[in-house]
Amino acid sequence: MAGSLNPPMIKIENLVKAFGAKRAVDGVSFAVERGEVLGFLGPNGAGKSTTMRMITGFIPPSSGRVSVGGHDVSEAPLQAKRLIGYLPEAAPSYPDMTVHGFLSFAAELRGLDGDARKRAVQRAVERCFLSSVLHQSIDTLSKGYKHRTCLAQALIHDPEVLILDEPTDGLDPNQKHEVRNLIRELGRTKAVVFSTHILEEVDAACTRAIIIDRGRIVANGTPAELKAMSATAGAVMLHAQGASAEKLAALGKVEALDGAFRVYPRDKGAAGDLARAVVELAGREGWKLEMLRTEEGQLDEVFRRITLPDTVRKK
Amino acid sequence: MSSALHAIRTIAKRELLSYFTSPVAYVFLVIFLLLTGFLTFTAGAFFERGEAGLNAFFAWHPWVYLVLVPAVGMRLWAEERRAGTLELLLTMPITAWQAILGKFLACWVFLAIALALTFPVVITVNVLGEPDNGTIFAGYLGSLFLAGAYLAITCMTSAMTRNQVIAFILSVVICLFLILAGFSPVTDLMLRWASPALVDTVAAFSVVAHFDGFQKGVVDTRDLFFFLSVIGFALFATNVLLRNR
Repeated sequence: MAGSLNPPMIKIENLVKAFGAKRAVDGVSFAVERGEVLGFLGPNGAGKSTTMRMITGFIPPSSGRVSVGGHDVSEAPLQAKRLIGYLPEAAPSYPDMTVHGFLSFAAELRGLDGDARKRAVQRAVERCFLSSVLHQSIDTLSKGYKHRTCLAQALIHDPEVLILDEPTDGLDPNQKHEVRNLIRELGRTKAVVFSTHILEEVDAACTRAIIIDRGRIVANGTPAELKAMSATAGAVMLHAQGASAEKLAALGKVEALDGAFRVYPRDKGAAGDLARAVVELAGREGWKLEMLRTEEGQLDEVFRRITLPDTVRKK
Repeated sequence: MSSALHAIRTIAKRELLSYFTSPVAYVFLVIFLLLTGFLTFTAGAFFERGEAGLNAFFAWHPWVYLVLVPAVGMRLWAEERRAGTLELLLTMPITAWQAILGKFLACWVFLAIALALTFPVVITVNVLGEPDNGTIFAGYLGSLFLAGAYLAITCMTSAMTRNQVIAFILSVVICLFLILAGFSPVTDLMLRWASPALVDTVAAFSVVAHFDGFQKGVVDTRDLFFFLSVIGFALFATNVLLRNR
């Protein structure tokens, strides 16, 4: 792993946050290296925002440790905070300020002055596509612009570590796409953690994902590894004239779906083995193949299986 | 150290500018000036007194500030909490103390501006007679510290809640206590059942008693110490409240 000699940019050990009797975060540990984009998934109320608030030093942990760039967030908060750019969940900003005024204020608090501040504001404005609203007051902006203004604030000092709590929330599909590209690009040189409950974003932007449920990590891996946990992963889906379930049953368990068939492998063999076997069978039997693909597995299926929906939890 | 001052100045500048980009500042200034003017010249019987001094003006300050200072200060932290900008502010590389001092000083400067705009009353009294301008200056100094004490208390109550109305009511109640503790009708009433020592102790917390000296032109270090310790204590409490939110 890159940079394994140095401590990871973000290191979390056994983090716990208790609100009264409820443990919102219950023993979470993980590390994020530079060059990684970590997707933080989980149902509402799973402890995503609470964990992020502890990383950024907004709330103190009940127990456990967080270090950012080697600085313990509880013991050396200012050194740690200097390295972090943070987009809080609701993307707050001061409504009476203009976009430019707000970003200048953030840059000034980050210790940037004079030309450095001007350049920082300009770069953040370009990255977040804000130049058309630069001198408008924030309360006149649409939700998407407000959101991007707060995102620009997080990027203003070109931080080493980015903590983004639902960065694509409230954006339209084009804006979502832009923000995902931005996250992926930033992730090449920085350590990025972002939370989302849009599963396709994990595929689009993450190098690794963690699924958290009721304050505990329930899965941690690359998007491909997580998808491989799905029940349909490795199954072959085919649509062919003349195909019959009885013949396919020789290869594995068969599921008939609306004219198509899904064949599950008996054992998880090398990728493609089952697909080749199905093609050979089709050739021998003279079926006319119209569609054939090996399923990667579906994240939402994995997500549903390993997390408990909050509609159940409330009861 | 210089980075601490830089942070305090940055916060204070933003806060002070925000008053003037909304109607809050102008509404406050107009009401403050009208109210002090009205109370001084009519209810305070400024002209009928025939005195070349501003006692009729300063005597009302504890009461005018009672309502107006909590009205300006109630949003200080409650609004940051409600809007979620508190999260932004406290995850910046600054300490909570720097944010507290920055916001407090901005609001105090604003109150000082309001107070400075009462200068016509000083001109009036100088035109009509020959007042002791040293006494007037002491009165202004005392009034500024009085406003600072109320403001620090409002700062504290504002840090308790995200609701500005609750912050307002709590600070009015606390400030009212600080007035009434030394208000003679109240102390006389208390003397009926409490020992004089207890009454004196309670009265020592009164802003009115400590403000009196300033009005007479006496800048007593004990009075200054009283106001500064109220401010210090309330801001310290603000820090504790913000950290244990």
